[in-house]
Amino acid sequence: MIEESQMLKILVLGATSAIAHETMRHFAKDGARFYLVGRSVPKLSSVAHDLQTHGAKQTETYLADLNDLSQHEALLQRAITALEGVDAVFIAHGTLSDQTRAQTDVDYLASELMTNFTSTASLLTHTANYMEAQKRGVIAVISSVAGDRGRASNYVYGSAMAAKTAFVSGLRNRLAKAGVQVITIKPGLIDTPMTAHLKRGRLMAHPSLVGEHIYRAMKRGEGVVYTPSFWRYIMLIIRALPEAIFKRMSLSA
Amino acid sequence: MYGTKRYTSWGRYPKAQPDQIVRLQWLDQLPRLDEHHGSMLPFGLGRSYGDSCLNDGGTLLDTTALNRFIAFDRASGILRCEAGVSLAQILELVVPHGWFLPVSPGTKFVTLGGAIANDVHGKNHHKDGTFGRHVTCFELLRSDGERLVCSPTQNSDYYRATIGGLGLTGLILWAEFQLKRVPSYLIDSEDLQFNGIDDFFELSRLSTHYTYSVSWLDCTAGGDNFGRGVFNRGEFFDPPLGVDAPHRFPPILPVPFDFPNFTVNNVTTTIFNQLFYHKQIFPVRRSVKPYHSFFYPLDVAADWYYLYGKNGFVQYQLVVPYQDGYDHVKEIFRLIVRSGQASPLIVFKTFGTLQSPGILSFPREGVTLAIDFAFKGETTLQLLNQLDEIVFAVNGALYPAKDARMSGEAFRKSFPNWETFVPFIDPKFSSSFWRRINAK
Repeated sequence: MIEESQMLKILVLGATSAIAHETMRHFAKDGARFYLVGRSVPKLSSVAHDLQTHGAKQTETYLADLNDLSQHEALLQRAITALEGVDAVFIAHGTLSDQTRAQTDVDYLASELMTNFTSTASLLTHTANYMEAQKRGVIAVISSVAGDRGRASNYVYGSAMAAKTAFVSGLRNRLAKAGVQVITIKPGLIDTPMTAHLKRGRLMAHPSLVGEHIYRAMKRGEGVVYTPSFWRYIMLIIRALPEAIFKRMSLSA
Repeated sequence: MYGTKRYTSWGRYPKAQPDQIVRLQWLDQLPRLDEHHGSMLPFGLGRSYGDSCLNDGGTLLDTTALNRFIAFDRASGILRCEAGVSLAQILELVVPHGWFLPVSPGTKFVTLGGAIANDVHGKNHHKDGTFGRHVTCFELLRSDGERLVCSPTQNSDYYRATIGGLGLTGLILWAEFQLKRVPSYLIDSEDLQFNGIDDFFELSRLSTHYTYSVSWLDCTAGGDNFGRGVFNRGEFFDPPLGVDAPHRFPPILPVPFDFPNFTVNNVTTTIFNQLFYHKQIFPVRRSVKPYHSFFYPLDVAADWYYLYGKNGFVQYQLVVPYQDGYDHVKEIFRLIVRSGQASPLIVFKTFGTLQSPGILSFPREGVTLAIDFAFKGETTLQLLNQLDEIVFAVNGALYPAKDARMSGEAFRKSFPNWETFVPFIDPKFSSSFWRRINAK
């Protein structure tokens, strides 16, 4: 169990993502202090105002392109300085890759893998070293159920998520000795701007539901969180299907 | 809260098919409305009952992702937020700090924008008037790109047109309003039995000092029981049991499938009303309860409209001025009882004298009645036409937010100053309701 006081200084990467925002609303109610990193000044500012309204004690916003890895170390230092330390890092940035384009345009493919995996790995490297040294802290990373099995319709995004999931899993084991909690969050289909172009079926969940779930899971210190939780069982079945059958199912399309 | 979002109205009658849904995500990244083909209409949580929130063949601008708070002054109780914020979100935020909505409708699942566009009212109308009276300012986006900050002193004509303006004057981006100080999250509530319409008016007269009051009438009881009901009144409980005490919301009990059409019929309605009435063992029953069970008893059953089956239902809400003897109210009530078409939900309340700034605001001094009817086509429509005659004979009015069938004439009689509203309608905004009542 993690003490509440241990998650009151939070660095959020991709702070304008709907899932990150909904999760942080709950920490704001606890009176947390935030260092919010994103790509748009007006969006960051509207998220910051919302978190202040919910009770955040401090909100700092910072504009950054996270694909520029050379900035990551300085970024972490800025957050540590601004918040006088960091208890938790929440990594939520990412894009839903255009699979069709990535099948022909390798520059695009590479940049998607950069955004969705490499940049996270770099951020995690700096964060992990910092937290390992301070011997406490929480790192939460948004991956996806899409990383549990490659599907024809989104394996570019899925493979980045699979890499992220494996990286975070390894990190969790490494940092356990230092008393640092590392959490993999695997959302299913969530009704956010990222998925606005997708058909909204019955499995689509509202981000507020997911945000509350993630908040509670972070407090409990769970390792791998499927959200909504029924995705754990859906993915259990999907992973268990033999490749020969999976190939012929519309699930893989 | 899983599943595809519903773009129907709450009564699910009439049906309408929007041509396009545009989901608004960020205030700084709104689509250009002037490049849009066809008409558009803001759509929030779809709690309007009829077609005032629908735009058949046009575009709906879904505002529900515009759900961020902008500022909350805990000392003065001034709250500013984006128009898609729901009243439920607002309550969750403000109640632990000792604030409450100045006026609340019977569900907390409406957006702030919708509350303004329909100038909603609640159990405290006789004390505090409509929601619009508490709105200090808002920003309106017109389809030509113009942004108007509207308040009682700035662009006050648009302010008056937009409050109760049924979403037709443009898109409300954010709004600011004054919350109400409350001593606790609990309500000291009393239920009083009454027999007959005259008793209801007597109780209303004796209860004007209570902040909240509403009545429920058994419209299935004839003969000696004609006009029996329960008068409910309440106040926020004081002294407080600690405003900061953790308050919890009841779990939502979803009703996820269509019930057969016979679920709500005469028999179930009668049983429901019998149960409701006889729960009152004594003439007065007093209880202290959390605010949500006092204000939002139906919100615990999410999507209760499914109980009416897939034909949907219509609600009919009217207001008539006071008259000696209350013959007009008795006549309306008699007609409903005789028809045998009534539902378990018939709400009765007196409106006070407080004026709303809204040009098309519905509440006005008098008595208001809201009745649900499972929709049975012509039979239902004929009964409502008969009721119209009584309502307009005494210069009463009907409520557009609940309406699915009023005539253009009925609208113009309900809102005699409708012509002052028309110039403020955005040329690219329209609704199924608006086209219906303007059809020749």
